[in-house]
Amino acid sequence: MSSILETSSQLLPPEPSLLRAIKGVLFGRPGTIAAVIIIVVFVIVAVLAPVLAPYDPLTQSMLKINRPPSWANWLGTDQFGRDVLSRMIYGSRNSLIFGMISPLSAALIGTTLGVVAGYFGGIIDRVISRVVDLLLAFPELLLAIMIAAVLGGGFWNVIIVITIAFVPGFARVARAQTMSIKHEPYVEAAISVGVRTPVIIFRHIIPNIMAPIVVLMMLWVASAIRLEASLSFLGIGTQAPNPSWGNIIKDGLSNIFGSPWPIIGAGTAITLVVLAFNLVGDAVRDALDPSTSQ
Amino acid sequence: MSRYLLFRLADAVPTVFLVLLLVFIAMRILPGDPAIAALGDMATAEQLALFRERMGLNDPLWLQFIMFVKGVLTLDLGNSMMSNQSVVGLILYNLPYTIELTIVAMLMGLIAGVPLGVLAATHRNKLPDSGVRVFSLVGYAIPDFYLGALLLITFALNLGWFPINGGGTDFASRMYHVFLPALTLAFVKAAFIGRLTRTSLLEVLSKDYVRTARAKGAKERRVIYRHGLRNALLPLTTGLGLSMLATLSGSVAIEMVFNRPGIGKLLISAIAERDYAVIQGGIVVFAMFVVVINLLMDLLYIVVDPRIRMN
Repeated sequence: MSSILETSSQLLPPEPSLLRAIKGVLFGRPGTIAAVIIIVVFVIVAVLAPVLAPYDPLTQSMLKINRPPSWANWLGTDQFGRDVLSRMIYGSRNSLIFGMISPLSAALIGTTLGVVAGYFGGIIDRVISRVVDLLLAFPELLLAIMIAAVLGGGFWNVIIVITIAFVPGFARVARAQTMSIKHEPYVEAAISVGVRTPVIIFRHIIPNIMAPIVVLMMLWVASAIRLEASLSFLGIGTQAPNPSWGNIIKDGLSNIFGSPWPIIGAGTAITLVVLAFNLVGDAVRDALDPSTSQ
Repeated sequence: MSRYLLFRLADAVPTVFLVLLLVFIAMRILPGDPAIAALGDMATAEQLALFRERMGLNDPLWLQFIMFVKGVLTLDLGNSMMSNQSVVGLILYNLPYTIELTIVAMLMGLIAGVPLGVLAATHRNKLPDSGVRVFSLVGYAIPDFYLGALLLITFALNLGWFPINGGGTDFASRMYHVFLPALTLAFVKAAFIGRLTRTSLLEVLSKDYVRTARAKGAKERRVIYRHGLRNALLPLTTGLGLSMLATLSGSVAIEMVFNRPGIGKLLISAIAERDYAVIQGGIVVFAMFVVVINLLMDLLYIVVDPRIRMN
C-alpha cells in the first residue's frame, strides 16, 4: 500500500506548483471560469439525475405526445409522450461518462504503445509506427464510424470505438516524447548503472512525458462527447430506449413535424458542454505548454 | 518532380494493402461470428451455415483475405442481401452525391473562411478578431448534425425555401438540394479554415521579407495579399486535406439529417439492416477516400511549394 502512495506522489509535481498551475489555468484565459462553472453544473446534474429529473425518462404516455414547453414539461414531450427534460438530464450521464472514460483508456493504451515503440525501437517501433501513421490519416469520427459499423452500438462498444479512434494520437505523442527523452543524461545514467528497464520506463520516462499526454486528454474530452453524440445520432452509439443527447436528436428528427424541442434542447446541451471542455482544454494547454498559445 | 511523383504513387500501394488488411481484420476477426452479426441471434443453424458458405467464411483466413483483395481490385464486392443489387452498383449510384456535397461544402468553407482569417489577422486583438474567435469556438463546438437539423427546421420546414429531402436530378436541382447540407458542413469548415488562415498569415506577416516590402513602400493590400497570403497558403494546403476528410466524415450524419443519397447514408442504412456486404463495401470506399485524398494533398503540396520538388 505504501509503495503505491509513494509512486503516485512521485508522479505529481510538488504542492505549491500544482496550486499555481490551477490558478494559471483558471485565470490564464477569459471565459475559462465560466466554462468550469458550466462543467460543474452538468456534472452535478448527471450525478443527481434521479433526484433532479421531474419524470422517469423512459415512461411513455400516449395522452401527452408532442407537447410544447410548459410548466409541467419544461422542454415539452416527444412522440412517445416522454418528458424531454428528464431524458436530457439522464442523457448527460452518458455524455460525461464517455467523455471521461474514453480519453483515459485511450491515453493508457496509446501511451503504452508509444513508449514501447519509442524506447525499444527496431522492428516493434516500425510495426507500431506504420499502423499508427496509417490510422492517423483517418479523422477520428470516420474511424469511429467505420469501427462502430462492424461492432455495433451499446455501452462497451462505444467505449471501445472511441478508445481505438483516440489511441493513435496518444501513441504518436508518447513515442516522440520518449525518443527525445531516451538520450537525456539522467536516463543514460540510469541505464549505465544497471537500473532495470521497467523501472526506467515507469520512474524516469513516463513522469517526464505526462504533460503533453494530460493536455491531449483534456482536449479530447470534448471530442469524445461529440463522438458519442454523433455515433448515437447515427444509431451506432447508445441504444434506444436509453437516452443520450445524440439519440434524442435522432428521435427528434424522425418526429420533426411533431416537436422541434428535443432537437433544440439536446443540441444546445451538447454545444455548451463541448464548448466548455474545449475552453478548459485550451487553458490547460496554455498553462502546461506556453509555446503553443498566441 | 516526376521521380517524386512516382515515389509517392508507389508508396500508396503498401498503404492501400495495409488499409485493406485492417478492414479485413476488423470485419472478420473483431466482432466474433459475422454470420450471427449479419443474421441475428434468432437465425437457425441451417441459415447460418448457408450464409457462411455463401460468403466464403468456411475458407481459411488467408484465402478469404486474397479473395477480398481480389474482389476490391476487380470491383466485385458481392451483392446486397436486402436488395440483391451489386454493392459496387450501389456505391457508384451514391458516390457522386457524397463527392458533390464534400466539394460544394469545401468551396463554401474556403470562400467564407479565408477572408475571415485575413480579417482577423489584419485586425489582431480588435473587434473583428474577437468576432472570428467566438465564431470559431462555436463552430468547433456545435455538432454538425444539430446545426443541420436547425437549418432544416428553419429554412426547409418553416420557410419552405429549400427541399426537405432527396438529392435532385439535373444540375440545377442538385445544386438546390445540396445547398443547405453543404452550408451546414461549410459553417464548421469556415471556422477551421478561418483560424488556420489567421495563424498562418500572422506568422508570415512577421517575416523579414514582409518588413522589407513595407519598408520599400508597397501598399498594405499588396503586402497582405501578394507577400502574406500567398506564403500563408502553404500550411493551409495541409489543413485543407484534413479539413476535406473531416467534411467527408461529417457528410455521413448530414446525409442522414437531410435524407439525401450518399455513401454515408448507404453505410448507416446497411448497418441498421445488417447488410454485411454493403457495410464492408462502404468501409472500403471510406478507407480509399482517405488514401486518395492524402495522395492528392501531397501532390497539391508539390504544386504550391516548389522547394519540395528539389528534395
